Amino acid sequence: MTTEVSTGSAPLLVVEGLHAGYGHVPVLRGVDLHVSAGEIVTLVGANGAGKSTLLKTIVGLVHATRGRVVYDGQDATRTLPERAVRAGLALVPEGRMLFGPLTVEENLRLGAFARRGAPDPEDFERVFVLFPVLRERLGQTASTLSGGEQQMLAIGRALMSRPRLLLLDEPSLGLAPKVIAEIFGTLDRLRTDGLTVLLVEQDVKIALRHADRGYVMRTGAIAHSGSAKDLLADDHVRHIYLGAWDDTSASSNPPQARTGSVTP
Amino acid sequence: MGVPELLQFVVSGLKNGAIYALIALGFSLVYSATGVINFAQGEFYMLGGMVAVWAMRSLGLPLLAAVPAAVVVTVAVGALVERLALRPRRFEPPLVLIIITIGVSMVLQSLARHLFGPDELALPAFTPGPSVVVLGAAIERQTLWVWGLTAVALIVLWLIYTRTKLGLAMRATAVSHDASRLVGVDTARVVMVVFALAAALGALAGVAVAPLTQTAYDVGARIGLKGFAAAILGGLGGPVAAVVGGLVLGLVESLSVAFISSTYKDAIALVLLLAVLFLKPSGLFGRSSREKV
Repeated sequence: MTTEVSTGSAPLLVVEGLHAGYGHVPVLRGVDLHVSAGEIVTLVGANGAGKSTLLKTIVGLVHATRGRVVYDGQDATRTLPERAVRAGLALVPEGRMLFGPLTVEENLRLGAFARRGAPDPEDFERVFVLFPVLRERLGQTASTLSGGEQQMLAIGRALMSRPRLLLLDEPSLGLAPKVIAEIFGTLDRLRTDGLTVLLVEQDVKIALRHADRGYVMRTGAIAHSGSAKDLLADDHVRHIYLGAWDDTSASSNPPQARTGSVTP
Repeated sequence: MGVPELLQFVVSGLKNGAIYALIALGFSLVYSATGVINFAQGEFYMLGGMVAVWAMRSLGLPLLAAVPAAVVVTVAVGALVERLALRPRRFEPPLVLIIITIGVSMVLQSLARHLFGPDELALPAFTPGPSVVVLGAAIERQTLWVWGLTAVALIVLWLIYTRTKLGLAMRATAVSHDASRLVGVDTARVVMVVFALAAALGALAGVAVAPLTQTAYDVGARIGLKGFAAAILGGLGGPVAAVVGGLVLGLVESLSVAFISSTYKDAIALVLLLAVLFLKPSGLFGRSSREKV
């Protein structure tokens, strides 16, 4: 159902007709999308649309009941999460899922767990260049970090596995605007380094501003897709699916998604 | 009561306490990795002693070989219990798994009765000889073995947990299985290793104490209860808490014999268990709940 303009290179990730759910409750009802190498693609939509479930199904934390996940040309539908990370797929999960009682250093070391031997000092350095505050917090337990620092640690931990595709679930959740800007600034830098990103966000405006393309998800399937620029400009999409962030329309029609309240 | 008599009770309490500590540690390791109370933990203790006796009698192995062999066999049983009985149901709620461990415990006990017979058996002391007398209190040589082996086990375990990649994986698994899998930890295998370690601790306790108390196919249930009480006393709050819980339980039992009556010795663990559960369910070191991010 998605009609995409070919981006030229072969997609790194292809999701075809994916169905998944919890127990007998279906959440995904035939999701189609693709992410090409070097792209930042964002997935937006209301709470409960199935965005997080889609990311979890891609890495194998949730089992697909139908459809396919193809990663780097290989079928990865039944791949276990502990295998997915070895293939270069890293998920920064909803709620961050840090190892709270363990130190920042241990969390980062665990990020490199899938790689052979001891973690490379270079990998630590790369994370510290992106998030200098983590260097100062190395010996602290993760649970003592502020929300923003925890998000940085969650991303840093994922980067320690040297991923090719980073799946990022709601990095802005619960953070102050300044911290959100910092984290999205990091995303831009990572993209320059050649990382491919699939980003789930409820903050539609900021997500589309940093992405190349976007998908709008509704009740378990992709409802709209297009370039980030077009989606931002599309009145229909903006109004119905993204929630209008103009004060005038927001008051008359409560949006399904949280509006971009943190951006000016 | 004079100092030597009192000291004698303390020695006895610390001997039993060390055994309880090893069993409690087995409970605690499995609980933190899986959220499951493994009621087959006592059977690992039973197997340690019974397999050692059997290896000496039926295979003619010398004590020096029978003891490590018993530990190795029990470790294998522990790993198999995880792989065959628990892993197939690992996504079920903990209660289901706990019931499975009760079943495993019954199976292991029946098998032991079939293989080793219904009689009480004794293992010879590791180093026979007269007791060592300290300040008027006699300490059996085997008691020194119990303490020594307990100390070695604790140190090895501590090194594994703090210095190895496996230990890091175990600590991560204790926090969250999903988060661990996302970074590449094969949590199913970690849980199997944890069961093997818990079995090793149980077997070590069983084999170290068998020369002092004799052993039989049905000794697991009682010691399992004691170890469980010790683990609850420590609040299931980690290795140190489990060890302290074990030692405290051993001492309280022994002193109750000294000051009340030996009649109530086995009831003490139950009374303590209930008291903790009623009054301070988070254990002696009471953090009220486990911190998670």
